[in-house]
Amino acid sequence: MKSNEPVITSELIAEHGLKPDEYARIEKLIGRRPTFTELGIFSAMWNEHCSYKSSKVHLRTLPTKAPWVIQGPGENAGVIDIGDGQAIVFKMESHNHPSYIEPYQGAATGVGGILRDVFTMGARPIACLNALSFGDPKHPKTRGLVGGVVAGIGGYGNSFGVPTVGGEVRFHRRYDGNCLVNAMAVGLADADKIFYSAASGVGMPIVYLGSKTGRDGIHGASMASAVFGADTEDKRPTVQVGDPFSEKLLLEACLEIMAKGCVIAIQDMGAAGLTCSAVEMGAKGDLGVTLDLDKVPCRETGMSAYEMMLSESQERMLMVLKPEKEKEAEAIFRKWGLDFAIVGETTPSKRFIVRHGGDVMADLPIKELGDEAPVYDRPHVESPKHPVIDAASITPPMAIADALERLIGSPDLCSRRWVWEQYDHVILGNTVQRPGGDAAVLRIEAGPKGLALTSDVTPRYCEADPFEGGQQAVAEAWRNLSAVGARPLALTDNLNFGNPERPEIMGQLVGCIRGIGEAARALDFPIVSGNVSLYNETNGRAILPTPTIGGVGLLNDFQKSMTLAFKGEGEAILVVGDATGWLGQSLYLRDICGREAGAPPPLDLAAEKRNGDFIRGLIADELVTAAHDIADGGLLVALAEMAIASGIGAVLEAPSRLAAHAFWFGEDQGRYVITAKDANIVAQHAKAAGVPLTRLGATGGKVLAFGTERPITVALLKERHEGWLPAYMAGAAPGLASGAAAAGSGAAG
Amino acid sequence: MKSAVVVFPGINRERDMARALKLMSGREPAMVWHADHELPAGTDVVVIPGGFSYGDYLRCGAIAARAPIMDAVRRFAQNGGLVLAICNGFQIACEAGLLPGVLMRNAQLRFICRDVYLRVERSDTPFTRGYNAGQVIRVPIAHGEGNYIADGETVARLEGEGRVLFRYSSPDGIVDPNWNHNGAMNAIAGIINERGNVLGMMPHPENHVEAVMGRTDGRGLFAGLVDHFKLAA
Repeated sequence: MKSNEPVITSELIAEHGLKPDEYARIEKLIGRRPTFTELGIFSAMWNEHCSYKSSKVHLRTLPTKAPWVIQGPGENAGVIDIGDGQAIVFKMESHNHPSYIEPYQGAATGVGGILRDVFTMGARPIACLNALSFGDPKHPKTRGLVGGVVAGIGGYGNSFGVPTVGGEVRFHRRYDGNCLVNAMAVGLADADKIFYSAASGVGMPIVYLGSKTGRDGIHGASMASAVFGADTEDKRPTVQVGDPFSEKLLLEACLEIMAKGCVIAIQDMGAAGLTCSAVEMGAKGDLGVTLDLDKVPCRETGMSAYEMMLSESQERMLMVLKPEKEKEAEAIFRKWGLDFAIVGETTPSKRFIVRHGGDVMADLPIKELGDEAPVYDRPHVESPKHPVIDAASITPPMAIADALERLIGSPDLCSRRWVWEQYDHVILGNTVQRPGGDAAVLRIEAGPKGLALTSDVTPRYCEADPFEGGQQAVAEAWRNLSAVGARPLALTDNLNFGNPERPEIMGQLVGCIRGIGEAARALDFPIVSGNVSLYNETNGRAILPTPTIGGVGLLNDFQKSMTLAFKGEGEAILVVGDATGWLGQSLYLRDICGREAGAPPPLDLAAEKRNGDFIRGLIADELVTAAHDIADGGLLVALAEMAIASGIGAVLEAPSRLAAHAFWFGEDQGRYVITAKDANIVAQHAKAAGVPLTRLGATGGKVLAFGTERPITVALLKERHEGWLPAYMAGAAPGLASGAAAAGSGAAG
Repeated sequence: MKSAVVVFPGINRERDMARALKLMSGREPAMVWHADHELPAGTDVVVIPGGFSYGDYLRCGAIAARAPIMDAVRRFAQNGGLVLAICNGFQIACEAGLLPGVLMRNAQLRFICRDVYLRVERSDTPFTRGYNAGQVIRVPIAHGEGNYIADGETVARLEGEGRVLFRYSSPDGIVDPNWNHNGAMNAIAGIINERGNVLGMMPHPENHVEAVMGRTDGRGLFAGLVDHFKLAA
């Protein structure tokens, strides 16, 4: 072993995020004191981000199987069968910590990382989505973060050449110190040509592909496994720098070598770079790996073994190559102007050996590094229950029409056009439903099949009741897919929480996972991939629990996909599902009454399934002309969105059973608004299916008129809806300039 | 119509373009690599598609304009061959000296992807014969640097010689700053060279050739080119 590395001290161990007992475990495992490089390797493999040590025991309870699931969690991404020999490969992943420190590059490399996860498996990326959570709009950092993150996502995806077709944006003061950037990528592959990360065969060459290794992103994964304090800004060097141009070349080169049959196993270098990719390939294949760092293509001279092993430079891959294909594979990479270097080989020893400059810098047991990271069943306490709020106890502070006008133009409900117009959402020519609907819909290659994609979670529900909130996130994704007529197939989850060492935060995580599992089982909607982001916390204040669900559904015929816009005059407006006027945790209660209170709306998963199956049937039978799920803001906001999307108004009857504000703004779950030319046929179907159906009125005119309330023109609603975000982003306040300047290199598409 | 699509590293709309060409001409286009020196024999139309050639890390199109294949493209244009340059292709054509002017950052300094309306100014060119003069078409834009700028004399010449083929407009064909999405001079969306055989435009007609995308207004451009070669044959 080389001796001029730093001496291992307890300070150094703590700096590496390793607890004393974890360090003791390392010494016991290897029977000696680790070298500095080895300590770095352990810290990279055993941090929360890579090891899932706090969440693993709970994640194991999730349903991950179905006849159409080809690959569940544990690989680079999940894989599902969509028939005709085609498979969809998808996953969502967070890049929260880096995006807060450096919004443009943090978000850009988040997109780059998730795209690599998808094309590593042999899929060509066909769509991206992203779920973003920002702090209070009034917080001085928020505007700059929104500008930088959106520009970064666009800057990477637009250049790479994948349509960004959907997602969500929310604002809440609990994200003031930690924004969330969850990026999802979806790819299309041949079902019999999926590539995996487990190495096989002894003495097989390990090849380094892509861009060179530099000193960026060292300890990125460890940084993402810690809370923020006063020194957040100092962590900028741990953020990687994205190069979408190299990623596009890497995509084309990888798909080419895969098609030529050169690849035994392949793994992208994401978090913890060379360390994580090499260890995972070896450990999964029950093989040892020896790396010769003198062969690693470096951007700068004099890099140490420690730096090379921990660099998170982007746009790199590690591959186990079929030896006879070396010349062919190398020629392909040279054609694309990318690095190709044999940097090691598989061995029978199950040791992870790293050589550099004639010295052995690390010699570790590979299985223990990967599979036998510490696993914790951390103490957790259940979140306190909130009382159910009786709508009658809430006095409306303003007229219904005034409340609607305010809600439709509020930060959480206004149009996200300002965001998605910065994303190329039409490239590849398959975008059937563009952003702004319940779910994005894409044609799959030549058709007729279509793919529906959505991302959902309601963090305020999760905070008030993690179990119900977890269920609701899954149900809403399932509902959004159903609303466009797609059969929901599978989901990816991105679990964003605070510090799991605090029992109340751990309780949120456990509760949400239980809820997700319960709903996924009931709706036959398995989890095939996911990511956990913990320690989203600053100075002891955690984010709202945010388990983002990315859902994927299939349409037999993309031309039958349903949209939410009203289609014509004089059509019946119907509500599917039961309402109790649930105001607890509603946006009405929060944004109109100024109260974040009460229990969130409960889920009835049997009714959820029944209503969703009913909607899908109506769409397939062409009995409805528009469909929209009822979510944030309740029924009236859903109706306003349908009117705004079409420019057509509606005449709605006043409720009788419930108080007006509870009827119009309650957030009862499992509901949809539909329009139909023939309401009677729909009513017959509803009766047969046992589905509650309420006739609400008819479409027509240029005004939304409801009961005895003041009518509002659709034009005014649209103005309110479209107005807030551009006006907010144009506000002259600190932070905006840096966001706009960071968009610098974006050019044409 | 035999078309050749030039592919530089970082170009990303070559598949969209190939699909549109196949659909409208019935022939697969030849995909020509940037490092090649010759175009396929018998090429009728050369297409420089959209994307981010070489990452657009220098000026947009500046590196691609100097790629080996561009000498062949320049010779092809000098001999009167038709060149269709879209988005990054337009930027490359300007950098390569095939067209005058330059594409600057959008006036709002943001990337913009949206459907826009274009007024077709002339129908008597091979590129626009599928449309009527004054017709308004709806096609998407997707660019961060589409703000066309040239010196006053050049713009005066372009206008005087009727070389502006497409202009950003309202749905009714009115040219108005509110409908000029990137701040281009005179709302210029597409121009031809002096000889009329090189078209550069920022919008993407190739993305609006199938009903799946909601509109098929881009078909006219490709249908016109196909007709042009049918008549020539």
